[in-house]
Amino acid sequence: MNDILKRLSERFPVSNIVHQRENMVFVTLQKINSIPCISYLKEFEGFTHLVMLAAVDFIEDGIFQLTYILHNYKLHTDIGIRVKIEREHPVMESIHTLWAQARTYQQELKEMFGIDFPGSPGIDEPFLLEGWQNIPPMRKDFDTLKYSQETFFPRPGRKSYDPQKYMKQKLYPDKEPE
Amino acid sequence: MKKDNRLLPNNDVPDVERDYFCDAYPEPVKPFQGFIEKFLNWARANSLWILGFGTGCGAIELRPLMTARFDMFRYGMAPRPTPRQSCVFVIGGYASIKTLKRIVRSYEQIQAPKFVLALGSCTINGGMYFDSYNTINRIDHYIPVDVYVTGCMPRPEALIAGLRKLQELIKQGKAEKANEYIKNFEWYKANQKKVIKDWNMPDYNW
Repeated sequence: MNDILKRLSERFPVSNIVHQRENMVFVTLQKINSIPCISYLKEFEGFTHLVMLAAVDFIEDGIFQLTYILHNYKLHTDIGIRVKIEREHPVMESIHTLWAQARTYQQELKEMFGIDFPGSPGIDEPFLLEGWQNIPPMRKDFDTLKYSQETFFPRPGRKSYDPQKYMKQKLYPDKEPE
Repeated sequence: MKKDNRLLPNNDVPDVERDYFCDAYPEPVKPFQGFIEKFLNWARANSLWILGFGTGCGAIELRPLMTARFDMFRYGMAPRPTPRQSCVFVIGGYASIKTLKRIVRSYEQIQAPKFVLALGSCTINGGMYFDSYNTINRIDHYIPVDVYVTGCMPRPEALIAGLRKLQELIKQGKAEKANEYIKNFEWYKANQKKVIKDWNMPDYNW
């Protein structure tokens, strides 16, 4: 693994290397270097399997963090590529040319986060949400409870309990609640 | 009963497809008189055919019901592949908007008399998905429900109890929710169209 990281850092400006496990490493790359780095890992280092592509919304920093996890079958190691893209107009290069199945991930990210991948097949087709008219629902500034109450006719009389307090009260009724 | 001469607008069907769909307004079915209706209800109650459409996680409870251990065929219940041949629609738990569109379409394609059995807390008040952006909270605002089975998920025994209750209701002549759907057609349609934003099917799926 260290050899791979060494060769990788000779070619690309990687930063923030995190050794998650013995056989799993996360590296952070700039947006412009990330796709060349991913294709280098695929073609020369044997990371031929795309495990997943996911996004995290860091609303405080104004960025989306994309994580590409690749797997090497020979060494049984994983490498995660973290890429930070701006939240205002999130556009990222598509990797459907490297792995055809990436189109599904990208279609989902377009729908759930609004991240655009120009050129990816079927990127504008609805995936799960048919006819969605609001902001993408997985963004942190989307209030899902409020949307649900406004749209879906909540049945009155529904109560919610804090599970910890409720079970304490039920199991130990004599004890004073803290 | 007076014939309803209103026509469905079918505004959202594309012009090229308009010829394929019927635009007649659905009509309630009048029950027969006296013992004929009683005999028919007895026959209906003992041949409940369930639509094989697994909506939500409750669909997993239908498999043990069909097979040897719980064996619903001893009550005359059988799974059917198409809405045209079935009369019971089991809503198995949460329904997302995408599924709700198919639920409405299948429900309208079932010929009356038709009955709906709603499983689990999700169909009653949203259950654990009450705050989800994509699952509805109460199924009875979109299609009428005859029997609710509570639980998350209900066991097959509970499902059998619900089906037996449905049989009782049918024998008493109380399972007339299909007519209620027609009577409150505008209200149900407005609710459905409020959540299904890409409505591209006819207003009533004959």
